[in-house]
Amino acid sequence: MVEDNRKAIIELIDLEKSFKQQKVLDGVNLTIREGTTMVIVGASGQGKSVLLKHMLGLLKPDRGRVLVFGRDLSTIGGKELKEVRQEYGVLFQNVALFDSMTVYDNVALPLRERTKSSEAEIRSRVEEKLALMDLQGTEDKFPAQLSGGMKKRVGLARALMLNPKIVFFDEPTTGLDVSRSNEIYRLFYKTQAQLKYTAVIVSHDVPKIFKLADYVALVAGGKVQECLTPEDFQLSQNPAIKAFVKETMGPIYSSEEEEMGFYETDQR
Amino acid sequence: MLKFMERVGDDCLYFLEQAGRMGIFLFNCLLGILRPPYKLGPTIRQLHFIGARSIFVILFTGAFTGMVLALQGYYALRKVGSEGFLGSAVGLSLIRELGPVLTALMVVGRAGSAICAEIGIMRNSEQIDALECMAIDPHKYLMAPKFIAGILSLPLLTFIFDVIGIFGGYVVGVGLFGVNEGAYFQGMYSSVDWPDIHMGIVKSLAFGLLIIWIAAAKGYFLHFERSGGFGAEGVSRTTTNAVVLSSVTILVWNYLITAILL
Ligand SMILES: Nc1ncnc2c1ncn2[C@@H]1O[C@H](COP(=O)(O)OP(=O)(O)O)[C@@H](O)[C@H]1O
Ligand SMILES: [Mg+2]
Repeated sequence: MVEDNRKAIIELIDLEKSFKQQKVLDGVNLTIREGTTMVIVGASGQGKSVLLKHMLGLLKPDRGRVLVFGRDLSTIGGKELKEVRQEYGVLFQNVALFDSMTVYDNVALPLRERTKSSEAEIRSRVEEKLALMDLQGTEDKFPAQLSGGMKKRVGLARALMLNPKIVFFDEPTTGLDVSRSNEIYRLFYKTQAQLKYTAVIVSHDVPKIFKLADYVALVAGGKVQECLTPEDFQLSQNPAIKAFVKETMGPIYSSEEEEMGFYETDQR
Repeated sequence: MLKFMERVGDDCLYFLEQAGRMGIFLFNCLLGILRPPYKLGPTIRQLHFIGARSIFVILFTGAFTGMVLALQGYYALRKVGSEGFLGSAVGLSLIRELGPVLTALMVVGRAGSAICAEIGIMRNSEQIDALECMAIDPHKYLMAPKFIAGILSLPLLTFIFDVIGIFGGYVVGVGLFGVNEGAYFQGMYSSVDWPDIHMGIVKSLAFGLLIIWIAAAKGYFLHFERSGGFGAEGVSRTTTNAVVLSSVTILVWNYLITAILL
């Protein structure tokens, strides 16, 4: 691995997690450094969301440790966990907006519950964030009345409201068309330049996402195969990574191998 | 046979786990009530939903309960020639038993089911996870206002139920059957004592806590439901379970509180 002496902000050590008989994580090791953008890739169902939920303290590992700012999430109490989470911003895979609140109230919630700001202050800060996300005029709408892309942007506005140190994105662009997903990435780029947060992104947008990544980690077979810079990742000799790179970045049409692959799966 | 033992063991474990979870949940919710900052807005909204919006149902059920009590009471008492006791019969049954119990059952149907479904859907759609990740304690933010509202509403609703029930009994007993008006109220006044009212208040406070506790915890722990807490069907099944469980618990506790206080 490349030398990087930025401070480790999240460390996963030999993480194991099973649901009933199914072993989802089987010895995951990963280090995320301050100020960097970590992109986690991998096929669906490989445990990327489960991995993220361990970093969020929503799931407890069967074995291994999750260190955030040097504190072990599975042993600290509720109060300390809350302190750690004050530095978090999270965009869930399904966005998880509060569906009986308006867009305005959703974005205002962190300010109302975590700060002592007056309603006037809250209004100006919420409106500023909504403008940044290109969401003017949606204040009084409910999440069910928004398109997928708008929901993600509201989720992003809510996640960034209190200037978090670490922001987690679980498939921020899945299900969006190309221009919408480009917009999300533009917003990500803009806000990260502004707020300087550490980012952990789960994404399928290979190779586009490589442009934003400092590091790329592949989750496969219950492990993080390797965590490399995007350039090294594409050249890696690790068989799992090679297969992934070929699968996602290789030619899609007119490749004999691809076609064979298609027929094989069709026949099953 | 071994299979059967395993089943029983599993059931016991699940039951113990569930009981432990619910105990910790209640503890955290009560802590949430006590811990500052205190916010009035959400509590008033819940008071409106659990309390104010139940008044109409309570008026209706209270009136008819009082009326049927007077009807039954009149025919029973006439046989022994003591119609004069009608007032105390109606008053005592309402204040000690029927008022708290029927009010609680009505609130379970109206508000308990709604709370369970609301929290369950929030659990299902990761809204509760989102709250936790935003470092907002769901026990304080979501549950505390409901608990306060439940514990305050029930005694008030029960009071309304009793008053309107006594009035309903008056209409039937005095208006319809011509029982002496003075005897109706005098009998009630002399037989209803402070311990009776005390019992009614204790019951309604306890039921208020129980209703919110069961409904909220069932929704909150939807993902631990053994019958599968997934999707719309999981929410509806769990809500039904919560209503049944609350109703049964209310009746059991009603007996226990009566037995202890008598
Ligand atoms: N709460 C859960 N209970 C049981 N199985 C789960 C749970 N969450 C995830 N899984 C399983 O773990 C595996 C990984 O899921 P997930 O992390 O969501 O995949 P992805 O990489 O697509 O995000 C899947 O096979 C899924 O079925
Ligand atoms: Mg996922």
